[in-house]
Amino acid sequence: MKQQQINKESETTGAMLRHIRIRNRKNYLFKALIIGATVMCTLPLLFILFYIFRQGFTAINWQFFTSLPKPVGETGGGISNAIVGSILILLLSCVMAIPFGVGIGIYLSESPKSRLSYYGRLSVDVLQGIPSIVIGIIIYQWVVRPMGGFSAFSGSVALALMMLPSIVKSTEETLKLLPESLKEASLALGVPYYKTIMKVIVPTGLSGILTGVILSISRVIGETAPLLFTAFGNPFMSTDIFKPISSLPLIIFNYATSPYHDWHQLAWGASLILIVIILILNIISKIVQRKWKVQF
Amino acid sequence: MESTILKTRNFNAFYGENHVLKNINIDIDKNSVWAIMGPSGCGKTTFIRCINRMHELTPNAHVQGSMQLAEEEVYEMNPVLLRRKVGMVFQRPNPFPTMSIYENVIAGYSLNGIKLNRKEKDEIVETSLQRAALWNEVKDTLHKKGSFLSGGQQQRLCIARALSMNPEILLLDEATSALDPISTAKIEELIYELSTQFTIMMVTHNMQQAARVSNKTAFFYLGELIEADATKTIFTNPKNEKTQDYIRGHFG
Amino acid sequence: MPDVNREERGLQLKEKAFKNTLVIFALLSVVVLLAIFITLLFSSMPSLKALGISFFYNKDWDPVADNFGALPFLLGTLITSFLALIISTPFSIAIALFLGEYYKKGIMAEIFKNMIDLLAGIPSVIYGFWGLFVLVPLVRSLEMKLGVAPYGVGIFTASLVLSIMILPYSVSLSRQVISMMPGHLKEAAYSLGATRLEVITKITIPYTRSGLFAGLLLALGRALGETMAVTMLIGNSHILPTGIFSAGNTMASVIANEFSEATGTVYTSALIEMGLFLFVVVTVINIIGKQVIKRFTA
Ligand SMILES: Nc1ncnc2c1ncn2[C@@H]1O[C@H](COP(=O)(O)OP(=O)(O)OP(=O)(O)O)[C@@H](O)[C@H]1O
Ligand SMILES: [Mg+2]
Repeated sequence: MKQQQINKESETTGAMLRHIRIRNRKNYLFKALIIGATVMCTLPLLFILFYIFRQGFTAINWQFFTSLPKPVGETGGGISNAIVGSILILLLSCVMAIPFGVGIGIYLSESPKSRLSYYGRLSVDVLQGIPSIVIGIIIYQWVVRPMGGFSAFSGSVALALMMLPSIVKSTEETLKLLPESLKEASLALGVPYYKTIMKVIVPTGLSGILTGVILSISRVIGETAPLLFTAFGNPFMSTDIFKPISSLPLIIFNYATSPYHDWHQLAWGASLILIVIILILNIISKIVQRKWKVQF
Repeated sequence: MESTILKTRNFNAFYGENHVLKNINIDIDKNSVWAIMGPSGCGKTTFIRCINRMHELTPNAHVQGSMQLAEEEVYEMNPVLLRRKVGMVFQRPNPFPTMSIYENVIAGYSLNGIKLNRKEKDEIVETSLQRAALWNEVKDTLHKKGSFLSGGQQQRLCIARALSMNPEILLLDEATSALDPISTAKIEELIYELSTQFTIMMVTHNMQQAARVSNKTAFFYLGELIEADATKTIFTNPKNEKTQDYIRGHFG
Repeated sequence: MPDVNREERGLQLKEKAFKNTLVIFALLSVVVLLAIFITLLFSSMPSLKALGISFFYNKDWDPVADNFGALPFLLGTLITSFLALIISTPFSIAIALFLGEYYKKGIMAEIFKNMIDLLAGIPSVIYGFWGLFVLVPLVRSLEMKLGVAPYGVGIFTASLVLSIMILPYSVSLSRQVISMMPGHLKEAAYSLGATRLEVITKITIPYTRSGLFAGLLLALGRALGETMAVTMLIGNSHILPTGIFSAGNTMASVIANEFSEATGTVYTSALIEMGLFLFVVVTVINIIGKQVIKRFTA
């Protein structure tokens, strides 16, 4: 009797062991699958970066930065107009977006529970999700039509509107993390509220706010859709903010979709520059975040 | 002659509906050290935050009754200007993390846009740090960030920052409770020395501390001022039973 | 004394001005959003009036004949977006598990997290450009093998690039959700002898289901409005799409292509109506997604 029982037991144990082995094998297989899928997803990234660096490098030389695009049929030429245009548009957008973004962020962190904060936060969230092409339409209606034509200024407004939400959010998040005691220290010294905010709170949160601003620039610097009907593009050098202006993403779009090899080369070069700028901005933002972090 | 610097009459404080200070009547005499004592939650912090009107920064907080600082009705003054006359030191040291030791000390001036020349600044920084008994420890590192100091040094830096404004009253809310015994001893010593020039009100849970450094003690219980008298009297011969119980360690 | 009074008044004024400015800024964010909606609505009026509901089921888009039907673009938008979602979802969940479960910390997590972030940082127009020169030839040869017309560009190509582009959005949310999974639940399962795979499929995924769903919603919101890459790769055809390899147009790509050249009130207005539609749909999707997340994290 006893013998029988033991036999039976070892039989079930065997089955169980086999079962466990299968389960374990599945487990490892799954992990391999996950790793495989993850690695596979990074391939396009590497592929894109590699391709752009390879194509872009052959296009870039000194002339590329200093001269204007050549007409069809002539090789060489550069994208100086687009570089100048991008810088101009972004500077203007920063001038518009930073005060509003930081201001709204301060309001949200200072009155976190007010009804206005609730709707403000909701609006900013919704703004962030608006498709960039729709922003283009809006600014066309708000700025381009009343002003009677495409302009660098209208492009800046469009990009500013796109930068705003992330500046608001990074400001709010940064300031919310500052201890209440910081504000109290200042108020207790008889420093007025507005000076407390501007001279104590904002400087203490500066690294976080700045990180947000830099990231928002890196996010809009490649935006094309909102510029299509605002900045519009311009084959010539222009620094007039009330005239159409070129920009890196616009030049990439226009030349990439053209049938000319020389123009494709310019577009690859512009793409490389754009990617490098974005990488640098991301690195700077990480450095600012780490190095400037205020120690309490 | 003793003159009164702070006087409250039927003073009440609320957090919304919550009535936390009830009919407080107290006279604080000049150049004295007052210890504010009482069990946790009895309203000590609330009381001293009412003196520099930090209380009203809490949403829905409000007060009733009269409080006078040097004959002036506190709640009719501009809170910002009032706070320049009333120094406050908090439980946790809170130097400005972006500023150097030097900048921290004169923050009361620089943040308020009061223009000073280099010499005046140097002077204020040195006297304030001297008064806070910190000068010798930091005089060579004045331009380092204040947050690199030890907790006790940071707290003394905060005291120096408050003293730099020459306040009429210095309020300390459990200013030593986050510090080690040695730093605590230093700050106690400092308070003792400061009492010749300033009026000091310190909240403390530590009875030995109160006995060591204060000459007057106010005992609060459940939002009421139970007894206010010379520290000696309070500790040796309290009139009220509740004070007695507290002194003997029966509650709190 | 009068000096103090003047100082007092100055202070009060400045404090009030500062607080009011902040309030105005905050109000402005609400006002701008409302203004966007109202602008879109009003600018769509001519088209709404002239075309009514037929706009959405009319399958002909012929500006020359003043005939505006958005059905091809509506379908194009839906097909590209959902196809992209279908392609990217398995990968996004895999990466989320990789970063939120298998390699939560350490060098691997850092590397892949940064790579995925970088993926989100590449501009749409560059995805489109790259797609044109790298993906289009590949798709073309695939189409030749499959025996369909080898255009290379078309809905499939656009979806493919779109699936890469939306990946970071769903990953970032899903990863957070998965890594927020309470440890004690998993430990309970492990203590019963479950393997990691079993814990993931039987505990983690069901538990985080709503969060993962929100991630997909937000990715979908991105996909619907994505413009440049799609415009460059979808083939820009006004004809009703017949399959995933046919050329098409999305609403965003039609706007991008035709808005600045549109003549006539109804034409422009019809394009703006598509913008309005996109705005409303994307906003609703985003709000639902955020709500789901809020409920999940609460
Ligand atoms: N921000 C607030 N909102 C509402 N009620 C508060 C707030 N702060 C304190 N209170 C209440 O007011 C009463 C007094 O609090 P207070 O902080 O003044 O006590 P305390 O004597 O300083 O105590 P402790 O010794 O613990 O510091 C307490 O009952 C507390 O619950
Ligand atoms: Mg207290």
